[in-house]
Amino acid sequence: MKKILLTGAVALLSLFASKTVLAQVGAPFIHDPSTIMECDGKYYTFGTGGGGLISEDGWVWNSGAVRPGGGAAPDAVKIGDRYLVGYSATGGGLGGGHAGRILTMWNKTLDPDSPDFEYTEAVEVASSLVDEDCDAIDVGFLLDPSTGRLFCTYGTYFGFIRMVELDPKTGYRLEGNEAIDVAIDCEASVMMYNNGWYYLLGTHGTCCDGVNSTYNIVCGRSKSPTGPFIDNVGRTMIEGGGKMVAAPEERRFGAGHFGRIVLEEGVEKASFHWEADLDLSGRSTLAIRPLLWKNDWPEVGELVAEGTYEIESVRRGYALELSVDFVRAQGGMRGFGRGGDQPNVVIENQKLEEVAGDWPEKTPIRISDYMNRPHQKWSFVAVPEAGGYLGGPYFKIVIEGTDRALTATADCELESAPFEGTDAQLWRVDQLTDGTYRIMPKAVPGCDQPLCLVSVADSTPTLAKFNFNSDNCKWNLKHYKGL
Amino acid sequence: MNTRSILRIALVSALVLLSCTAVSGQKKNKKIDIAEALSGYFTPATDEPATPDTKGFIRRWLLLEPISKPNRSNTVFTDSYIREAFANEPYEGMFTTLPTDGQKVKVMIEKQAPVNLTAGRPMMPTAPAEPVFEKATLVWHALDSKLFNVKLFRFATGLDKERYGAIFEAYTVVECDEDIENVRMAVGSNSASMWWLNGEEAVILSGDRRMVMDDCMSKRLTLKKGRNIIRGSVINGPGMSDFCLRFIDEAGKPVRNIKISCK
Repeated sequence: MKKILLTGAVALLSLFASKTVLAQVGAPFIHDPSTIMECDGKYYTFGTGGGGLISEDGWVWNSGAVRPGGGAAPDAVKIGDRYLVGYSATGGGLGGGHAGRILTMWNKTLDPDSPDFEYTEAVEVASSLVDEDCDAIDVGFLLDPSTGRLFCTYGTYFGFIRMVELDPKTGYRLEGNEAIDVAIDCEASVMMYNNGWYYLLGTHGTCCDGVNSTYNIVCGRSKSPTGPFIDNVGRTMIEGGGKMVAAPEERRFGAGHFGRIVLEEGVEKASFHWEADLDLSGRSTLAIRPLLWKNDWPEVGELVAEGTYEIESVRRGYALELSVDFVRAQGGMRGFGRGGDQPNVVIENQKLEEVAGDWPEKTPIRISDYMNRPHQKWSFVAVPEAGGYLGGPYFKIVIEGTDRALTATADCELESAPFEGTDAQLWRVDQLTDGTYRIMPKAVPGCDQPLCLVSVADSTPTLAKFNFNSDNCKWNLKHYKGL
Repeated sequence: MNTRSILRIALVSALVLLSCTAVSGQKKNKKIDIAEALSGYFTPATDEPATPDTKGFIRRWLLLEPISKPNRSNTVFTDSYIREAFANEPYEGMFTTLPTDGQKVKVMIEKQAPVNLTAGRPMMPTAPAEPVFEKATLVWHALDSKLFNVKLFRFATGLDKERYGAIFEAYTVVECDEDIENVRMAVGSNSASMWWLNGEEAVILSGDRRMVMDDCMSKRLTLKKGRNIIRGSVINGPGMSDFCLRFIDEAGKPVRNIKISCK
């Protein structure tokens, strides 16, 4: 009975642990979050109704952001050293009138405690009449990195999504600019630019229905910022087209109101809300996920789940392992074609207890052929008290069934050592835009540079600066087995 | 009162009567010029048969003025809900007899309070605890849509009829010179809808739908030589109602060698 209780307790702890991995921590409750902005080392997002969330590290979020004006569905963009914040003065409702106003305002800082914190007076940049084929809410900004032009999209299911162009110096509508219809039957639109393509993202499905919300984020793309935005099967978004970008997860439903965050080349995040997170009372919560690019189409990736993985180098396809003696597995050599009349038997995988007895307390780390051996199986376990980064918690990475933790050393190399919770044993794991992973220690002893796990030779790992254009810096997490 | 005055009064009375019969419906009638009222989205259908547009969308439809059916949310449109709602024949013979342009029919509707369009951003009016039904006279209109998607919402607002919480009924006739086999009826609608070809169910779009081109398709069908009758029903609560419909061949190409009429 005691064993059963222990097993049950472990199962419950595992369940709790996996929950902490997949949801933002703190009180991340928000609807229609604006694109996440970084300001003086903190992260900010605003939501419908006023106010918003602040995070020190990108993982733990709490209320505290300040946005006046109330209304619905804001967005934000940093232009120069100022932040342009937009919102709509009206707020949702398919069953009535549809007079709406899009307003913009500036602030030098998003930190409400800063002496520089002061919004300018909001100005109207777009509007809709009570009964026209548009509902001017849900503003989204794109500061075009290729031209410096500032585009603003808005609208809901009620008619067209429209685009206007703003003056990036003033935040006002460009004089003489006419609104363009760019999509129908979606809302929470926003544009992106990537690799020569302009993307229009919109949210489809049912909003605001808790766990039954079918909200999902789709997109079309165009070589022109004004469209037409075409999906993967050739439909324009004016025809209702759209390729999926963010869909529900197992415990989270209703992805809506997309925002893109580019941290550096190859490292991007998507922010949006879940209409309902079943692990957080079914409330509407902030979501941050890796943003992937596949054949020039955006796609939201998944957070790293706690579990046991092979850490495979993209450079060679070999696996990270403890540098210990290779122990030959049972089964031996059966010859070629002989003994065919004998019955087949199942040969078990090599077990930890068969090989770990002679392992020293600390061992170097190397890379070698993946053979599904105990010294190649790495368990990723979130360490909630260690905080996190934009979109993920820090992990300890240990050989499955042991306390042998992947550890950064003072000479910028690697070893396994008993886990003590130091920053050298806490790892940040980002899925990159190509779907591979970057693995970084929270800190390297004696080094103030951010370094990541690198396959410097086919069989030799080290810690070095990240370069997205080098396969040496990329890893695959394979053969997942949940904890 | 002289003779000229009497004649003037008689003429005005006749015009008023005429306008009332042309647009009678759920709301108190007032004079509406159909072509003018719908001019942004529709034109009256002509006697000449139409053809599908370049992408194969059928734009000529007989549309019945919206049947009031209050729904505060579109999330109720499950398969069984819409099957039951659409199984209720609005008037005797509607499911089996092609209507004509201008035909007036008497339909039982569920009353709803008028939508408040001016007070900020109002929600749908709260439905009364007990639904109240009444007979209403509705009219069929033969129209050509200016857009690939038939804007039922603007059909309703143009005629000053129920814009939210309504069922829309549609008919069209597809004429073929010969059998066209292995085609699919491709439909998108906002919100849920059902479609029949020659009396046989072809496509159902349940749930809180957005109008997406080629959202749902039928199984492979045969458009027979001669006349083929398409009937559709679209239901919506709040939001904009519309639909688009075309036929797609086995190669994924739109079927365009057909003629479209309302007769």
